[in-house]
Amino acid sequence: MSTPKRTPAPRTVLGVKRTRTGKKSRIEVEHTHAMWKKALFLIALTVFIVVAVGVIVTIGPMPISIIEVYGIIINTVIPDIVSVTKSMENVVLQIRLPRIVGAIIVGFGLAVCGCVMQAVLKNPLASPFTLGISSGAQFGVSLAAVFGITILGGPYILIGNAFVFALICSGIIIALSGLKGATSETMILAGIALNYLFQATNQLFNYIANDDQRTLMSVWGMGSISGLNWHSLILLGAVSFICIPLLYTKAWDLNLMTVGDESARSMGVDASHVRMFIMVVSSLLVAVLVAFVGVIGFIGLVAPHIVRMLVGADHRYLIPAAGGVGAILLLLADVISVNLLSPTVIPIGTVMALIGVPFFLYLVLRGRRQEYWS
Amino acid sequence: MIIKLSLKNLSFGYTSTEILHTMTLDVGDGQIVSIVGPNGSGKSTLIKCIDRILTPSSGSILVDRQDVTKMDRMELARTIAYVPQNSLRVFPNSVFDVVLMGRRPHLGWRGDSYDEQKVWEVLQLLGIEDLALTPFNEISGGQQQKVLIARALAQDTGVILLDEPTSNLDIWHQIDVMEIIKSLMHKQGLTAIIAIHDLNIAARYSDSIVMMKKGKIVAAGKPDIVLNGDNLSAIYGIEANVRMLDDIPYIIPLARIPVKPARATNGTGHKRPVPPAR
Repeated sequence: MSTPKRTPAPRTVLGVKRTRTGKKSRIEVEHTHAMWKKALFLIALTVFIVVAVGVIVTIGPMPISIIEVYGIIINTVIPDIVSVTKSMENVVLQIRLPRIVGAIIVGFGLAVCGCVMQAVLKNPLASPFTLGISSGAQFGVSLAAVFGITILGGPYILIGNAFVFALICSGIIIALSGLKGATSETMILAGIALNYLFQATNQLFNYIANDDQRTLMSVWGMGSISGLNWHSLILLGAVSFICIPLLYTKAWDLNLMTVGDESARSMGVDASHVRMFIMVVSSLLVAVLVAFVGVIGFIGLVAPHIVRMLVGADHRYLIPAAGGVGAILLLLADVISVNLLSPTVIPIGTVMALIGVPFFLYLVLRGRRQEYWS
Repeated sequence: MIIKLSLKNLSFGYTSTEILHTMTLDVGDGQIVSIVGPNGSGKSTLIKCIDRILTPSSGSILVDRQDVTKMDRMELARTIAYVPQNSLRVFPNSVFDVVLMGRRPHLGWRGDSYDEQKVWEVLQLLGIEDLALTPFNEISGGQQQKVLIARALAQDTGVILLDEPTSNLDIWHQIDVMEIIKSLMHKQGLTAIIAIHDLNIAARYSDSIVMMKKGKIVAAGKPDIVLNGDNLSAIYGIEANVRMLDDIPYIIPLARIPVKPARATNGTGHKRPVPPAR
């Protein structure tokens, strides 16, 4: 990409004398306001997440006072300021905080992936879940659980399988896009077909599995962030920290992709190259996330739509905002899943759907954007 | 006449079927050239090949004597702009955002105020400034076409390609869009190549007309020379009355020439060479 030559704004642009005398017209002022609103939305999201974390860390089945919770957190920086019991410290540092950080990383990552996949596939139904990547991972888990076929050993038996099969699944979809004449519809259809295939095999495995194996499979299939610890979080965080900025560098190109490959090409964006890049990077991120937390289906599909309704389709704002909304959704779902029927933990994927679907339907049916998916 | 764009032996096709056959064409600077021809004659394909949306199999395309087939895509997008027939509308982009897309080949990574300024200029030029914040899906077909033209203008190129800019528009908007194209081209000294179906609109607004059939140029020149009864019967298979009004030919179609009897003669007494394609 060569750097374009920049010329200072000429007094007459396109041969037309400017009628405006440096003053902005009404519509230009409105536009500036709209841009500010988008920026404010991002700031508000960040503030909301910070506040939510501050509140959520104090909620839990074990009664720990707010002062004690923050005392424990401060203790990790400056030791022995507040005296607390060992078990309290464990709950806050090894259970609550990892859950919160995990919810934010996973929610953010899945939402961003859904967002960019929808853009490159030009389909509002695209998401890591509908493309079959999650069910691919689940297939891997079932293989390990039922037949003991594993790829990695030790504590990573399930995770390794899930990761590899998620990658295989997205690999098939991406390979299809490399075929001549393959369109984004081909990729969506292939993804949906794979989704059905893996679901069918999962049901088959479910049928032949014994009770222990079945429990293992169904727990994984409903998604959970309970299994996350600081080690896995560092890994998830590192992968997200590499992949998400990479995806964000394509924000402009994603905007152009949404108006069609031909138009994108005519404006200098190699559509198939961008699609390949986005699919490879986002599938990698999804595979890692899904391998650790299982099937959490709703966020990747819906967080981008919620944000499109609120800030529009400009990916420069859409990507971070979708991530933020995804993080918030998963945080809230996690609070509910842990505390609603405590001490029983409701699977987070289930909670996600239960709170997310009504909210999303409300936004869709509100009627302001009737032509939203025209 | 300064040559702005020239095609040399341009061919396009897949291994078995060739869609464009060694086309050679020169387009003068500041001209409006219409490409006409029956369905399937390769008009849109030609437009897309010039902008390398489709990759030509052989031949060269020169703009200002620079070979665009050797440019990278960004450079090409600063040289030639393309106005599609319509735009995909899966996600809700505002009119401003759509036009801002045209600045992509000039941007670094982020938009800056000069690019936004440019978008306002272009919107103002087309008189659609007030639509800037409206979602693209919610404006009428004629307005959408203007927005797509605005996007191409924002690309700041010397050549603009338009693919059927008037189809799907009512007659008022057809004239509106063509008047805008004509005044823009003359004002900015842009060169426009338009694939178009409507022969009367083409005749009225073009400096020259290129008539295609089955991927070949069969006639090219001023509208009153190309659009004559013989060409219309040979290329389109219609019988038509061509009347001149202020040196502009107007075509009144009368009847189609039956395809079946191969040796049938048309109104002017010429043998029909080949039945029209589709």
